[in-house]
Amino acid sequence: MNDFSSALSNAVGLVAGLDPQLLEIVGLSLEISLSAVLIATILGLPMGATLALANFPGRRAAVVVLNAFMGLPPVVVGLVIYLLLSRAGPLGPLGLLFTPTAMIIAQAVLVTPIVAALARQTVADLHEEYDEHLRAIGSGPLQRMTTLLWDGRFRLLTAILAGFGRAIAEVGAVLIVGGNILHSTRVMTTTIALETSKGNLGLALGLGIILVLMALSVNAAAVLLGDAAHRRFG
Amino acid sequence: MPAAVTGVCYAIDGKTLIDHVSCRLDGPGRTVILGPNGAGKSVLLRLCHGLLAPTAGHIRWGGASPVETMHRRGIVFQRPVMLRRSVAANVEHVLKIKGVPRIRRPALVEAALAQSGLGSLGQRQARTLSGGEQQRLAIARAWLLEPAVVLLDEPTANLDPGATRAVEELIINLGATGAKIIMTTHDIAQARRLADEVMFLHHGRLLEHRPAAEFFAGPRDPNAAGFIAGELIT
Repeated sequence: MNDFSSALSNAVGLVAGLDPQLLEIVGLSLEISLSAVLIATILGLPMGATLALANFPGRRAAVVVLNAFMGLPPVVVGLVIYLLLSRAGPLGPLGLLFTPTAMIIAQAVLVTPIVAALARQTVADLHEEYDEHLRAIGSGPLQRMTTLLWDGRFRLLTAILAGFGRAIAEVGAVLIVGGNILHSTRVMTTTIALETSKGNLGLALGLGIILVLMALSVNAAAVLLGDAAHRRFG
Repeated sequence: MPAAVTGVCYAIDGKTLIDHVSCRLDGPGRTVILGPNGAGKSVLLRLCHGLLAPTAGHIRWGGASPVETMHRRGIVFQRPVMLRRSVAANVEHVLKIKGVPRIRRPALVEAALAQSGLGSLGQRQARTLSGGEQQRLAIARAWLLEPAVVLLDEPTANLDPGATRAVEELIINLGATGAKIIMTTHDIAQARRLADEVMFLHHGRLLEHRPAAEFFAGPRDPNAAGFIAGELIT
């Protein structure tokens, strides 16, 4: 218990004192995860909307696969991206391995299925409700997609928040493709893993506290969004 | 834009919902399609607008198909579909779908809302309006861009008497601008109040099609006579 309480007071000190090393790690984590979520949103929203609206052979199978990809193990994604980016791999010449870019790519691969699958569900539900009205006013397919995506904005924002929550908290993918290099590819989760194994519990715990606070904030934001939507739309 | 309905049938899952209906809908004024619940009134309206395709026969508006002429008609459903936006945005959305340039939209939106008595409600969230207000918004949307015909499917079935009166007044005003009104109802009193012409539908068959005064003075078909006498015809 003594170990824990001294680590805890150390941690609180680091967080409250805005320790520069701590801030650097948090900043990089946010940069990588937010970039990944942005890419996942740009790719995932149209992907999900198309799956909800277009009719093609094999669509049901595609939906099942997409939903399954929401649960992709981060380490496995990291491994696959590593194989692609390593010097012997097909994308080796790009020299992206062990850079923040590789980490963004890996997290984007993790988050895109989440955004796409939740977008698909949202658009499908709205489609059922709006279909007759949209057909009656002569809506074209692209207009239909943008109408449904915009009207589903609260649920879609919640999906994006869920994606961010997944990205910021994962360790497997960014550890493998990033290499946890000091001042370069060391983020909150990989630092916690490293510092704990070194016995440096203060920093690990400090980062842990921030990570938990972030997770709580993301969830609180999702709940507030849901409430706001309910109040406005009944 | 006259409508020619020729030998139209509609069957689904082996069940015949519309049984060889033929008629001509011409000239201004208000045509009421009257009949008990389950007579096929809503199905016939949707066939006329091109939302459903007949399994036999055809419908022509001014010589062209319902889908080709859809943009010249407005339609109001029994339960209006309200987008998750403001009242004004709901109206503007229709203009956007129909390709009206952005610069013309505000004036058209304002005029439409004023016409339907919703001028002060422009910024309210559409889904928080009362049933009667929502239906007036649906009529405002159907009224946009001077349609030749406005179809209404049991527009006041879910409304209280006060809201019903407001909606009926709106329908009368709408008709007075020159648009042909084609409206379905099972409410005999409403048909008496609004109809210039009555089409009596029962089990998907058109049993009578006459000027309203003649019809209510003495229907020729026994089912029609029974219906307006308040019997439950099966």
